[in-house]
Amino acid sequence: MAVTQEDMNERKAYAKKAGWRIFAIWLVLSLIGVALVLYVWGPHMPPGDMTTSAASQQFDFKVLTAMVVPVLLMVWVYGAWSLINFHATKDDRGDGIPLRGNRKVQGIWYVGSAVLVLFLAGFGTYELINGNGVGSGEGPSPIWKPTAKHMLVVQVIAQQWRFTYRWPQFGGMETTSIDLPTDTTIQFDVTSLDVIHDFWAYQLGVKADANPDVNNVAYTTTSNQQGRFTVRCDELCGIWHGAMYNYGHVVSKSAFYSWASSMETQNASVTKLLPPFATTYTPSYSGAGGGYYPSYDPNGHAVTY
Amino acid sequence: MAIDMTPAAGVGSPTDLEARGLKAAKPWFTGNMLTAFIGGAIGYAFGHWLGNAIASNYSVVADGAGNEVAIYLSLIIGCLGWFVGLGALNYPIQKLLGLEPIDPPKSEKRSFWEHFTYSTDHKVVGVQYLFGMLLYFLVAGLLALGIRTELLSPVNHIWAPDTYIEIVGEHGTMMMMMMTSVIMGPFGNYLIPLMIGSKKMAFPRLEATSFWFTVPSFFILLSALWQGGFQSGWTGYAPLSIQGGPGQSDYDVAFALMALSMVAASINMTATIINYRAPGMRWSRMPILAWGMITVAFTMLLSVPVLFDGLYVMSLDRGVRTAMLYAGHGGSSFLWENLFWFFGHPEVYLLALPGFALTVELLPVFARKPIFALKTSTAGLIGVAVLSFFVWQHHLFMSGMNPDMRPLFMLTTELISIPTGFLYLVAMGTVWRGKIRFEVPMLFLLAVFWNFLWGGVTGVYNSDVPVDALVHGSFFVMAHFHFTIMGQLIFAVFAGVYYYVPLIFGIRLNDKLGKISFWIIFVAFNSTFLPLFMIGLLGQPRRVFEYALRLQHLNQWVSVSSYVLGFGILLYVINLIWSLAVTRTPAGPNPWESRGLEWQVGYPVPRDNFEKVPVVLRDPYGYGTGDDTPVADLNPVGDMAAVVTGGDA
Repeated sequence: MAVTQEDMNERKAYAKKAGWRIFAIWLVLSLIGVALVLYVWGPHMPPGDMTTSAASQQFDFKVLTAMVVPVLLMVWVYGAWSLINFHATKDDRGDGIPLRGNRKVQGIWYVGSAVLVLFLAGFGTYELINGNGVGSGEGPSPIWKPTAKHMLVVQVIAQQWRFTYRWPQFGGMETTSIDLPTDTTIQFDVTSLDVIHDFWAYQLGVKADANPDVNNVAYTTTSNQQGRFTVRCDELCGIWHGAMYNYGHVVSKSAFYSWASSMETQNASVTKLLPPFATTYTPSYSGAGGGYYPSYDPNGHAVTY
Repeated sequence: MAIDMTPAAGVGSPTDLEARGLKAAKPWFTGNMLTAFIGGAIGYAFGHWLGNAIASNYSVVADGAGNEVAIYLSLIIGCLGWFVGLGALNYPIQKLLGLEPIDPPKSEKRSFWEHFTYSTDHKVVGVQYLFGMLLYFLVAGLLALGIRTELLSPVNHIWAPDTYIEIVGEHGTMMMMMMTSVIMGPFGNYLIPLMIGSKKMAFPRLEATSFWFTVPSFFILLSALWQGGFQSGWTGYAPLSIQGGPGQSDYDVAFALMALSMVAASINMTATIINYRAPGMRWSRMPILAWGMITVAFTMLLSVPVLFDGLYVMSLDRGVRTAMLYAGHGGSSFLWENLFWFFGHPEVYLLALPGFALTVELLPVFARKPIFALKTSTAGLIGVAVLSFFVWQHHLFMSGMNPDMRPLFMLTTELISIPTGFLYLVAMGTVWRGKIRFEVPMLFLLAVFWNFLWGGVTGVYNSDVPVDALVHGSFFVMAHFHFTIMGQLIFAVFAGVYYYVPLIFGIRLNDKLGKISFWIIFVAFNSTFLPLFMIGLLGQPRRVFEYALRLQHLNQWVSVSSYVLGFGILLYVINLIWSLAVTRTPAGPNPWESRGLEWQVGYPVPRDNFEKVPVVLRDPYGYGTGDDTPVADLNPVGDMAAVVTGGDA
């Protein structure tokens, strides 16, 4: 069946008419959708803005959602148009118009999707570097560091199935709870004594795997917000993985210092028995009964802060 | 182009052989599934004895009773016994002895019993796969309902924490390893020779073997439930997996068997598609399902050996106490993470790509139009497959491994959106000015695009490192891959089964029940998995049995929806079994008015598919062109026939 010039004209005319209508519907809905994302949902998006990294995660989430909404709407509006207009009826079970391709449409699609994707990759990279890793674990030798002169170092030690925290700037004491000061840059040194865990401080926007024999460093800076945050293990670590969580608090600087020094005094007798502070600890095979790392740790990489 | 002239199986009679100076083998026992189980049990017992005899002092847990060497050997030798019992080794053993095996004469009619034997007929293997995969899927799906039942409440528990983790691991592993074959198994094996105009597969024994690997694999994996399961989930991260008991060894062996199955199936698939295409079946005319199969087969061939390697390393660590994956003794837990995800990320595309190929294959039949931008859809499949090898580190953004590589892996991961987007371009172009017929398979196909859109756009969130720092390891990721895999692959399978049952069994499913089951499945699926994005964003990690109290309502909503989803799937299966066993409404020769070569052959498909090698004249998507001539000449005569049939036409 040869395609006549009339057929071609009809196809073009229809594509133009329908195309503009689809575009108009899409544009209106997209503008509404993006506005809703940015101004209505945006300020409430997880994980909040308690720290710089949490705020960056929230910002990225917002930008991505604002870009995704028009894409979703494009497929939906186009799809709805097609399903409503291009379906067979009881009387007409013939075939459609045999279009095998359209160079212009395909070209626009290739270029458009490539531009969108490259923008997203560029944006993500900028945010990652600019945000000093955005709270993600950067391994033992981080390349994106905050410029703050004084950082509070907190070592997170994960084991089946709890987190403990060591504080090299407070005599190397080890605590079972965690408090953090406001307006402070914090360096988390995350490691594990047994299997792979993951330290996820949800409201702080910090997430880093706890690997045995690896020091995984993550940074964040707290704002002036005080409040509770949740710490959960985010990597399957065995039977009680679901129960491996605790809570911490961001408190004022003075409250933090009084908490820390009281903990230091309270724990002094225990701190003496601990192995020297190191970035990693090797679990002991003979250490049954609670002595999970020996004082002569052969692989321990001792450091001072 | 090689044209196979031998019959599908068997080589003549004993007298023929003697005339050619060959010695015929006397017929040995012909095995079946029952003798295979007996062989497996004997092999298991022998392996266990052997393991204890040679390595009774080895155990993973110090002073523990379990000897992992005995467990590995029992499973491996048990699997060998399974194949002996099945009769699968008759042929190679006879060949080794210098005898010429004779296959039993073929009857044109297939018996029911044949499906429980080691059959080299690709149509029998296809049907075996179809029901095998449905069984595996339903078992693993039932486990998912177990998970959701536990998550009804954050404080009251149905399962003990160890049972819960076992169920989670079983569900994940069974789905992820078995469902790699849910399209290549049934549809690939059954349809590819029909679609490309071949009388048989290139390696029928390899093909049969690939299916019969899945059965012991399934039972071994399932048996882990009775042995304490494995705590490590489907990802099997060391050193957690090194700690595990015998159930973890089941994971290793079952996954390795499935790896062998995938490699066997893909060698057969690539060889068949490259070499067994009928004359005229140019690459440009090849059905998109065949493109999907060859792309997936190559991806499997390159990625699955890495998994096998990793499992081997893990088995050594567990069985004979090497320390390659164990940081305490000089190994590294990063090694397993890399090996696993180097397989694991291509693997998720092994799940997604066949679904897309099948979707694009069926779409023009119901849109009544040619595929829009056919070459672009092929490019999409190949582009995704190639890029899938360069993205595995995006699973490890939080691991502390090579942070300087993150921008690169973010880029490669996001680049995958481009070829994936091609498939939307193709679909959207194909429905434009079509005459869409809303039959049940078409409803499932449209749902594929709805579901995968959610899965696709949320993939962008996962690939963006700053956002991944929020969503990694949470229910958000879990919802994402259920949309891409279940929402896409399983919906495509439902479409495919509904569509091809008339060709395979000559019957039609009940349309009314089909539509009801579709709407239940579609609505319940979205109602189950959309809230999971929110649950993840609000801070619920994966694989937990306790969660924040404020998330209880959302979790309950999801759990109840999942029961409805289970009911919908049950309805679909009931429809299938009821139509097959009871109503048996005849479907007619080509109920969907497809132009595909497979439908030109029609039901019942002859034992050798084609009497003569057909000559393919055009691609199968010429809907609406007004040219109603068939896509292939099934009875070529004259010079053409002489060329293609070797002169005996």
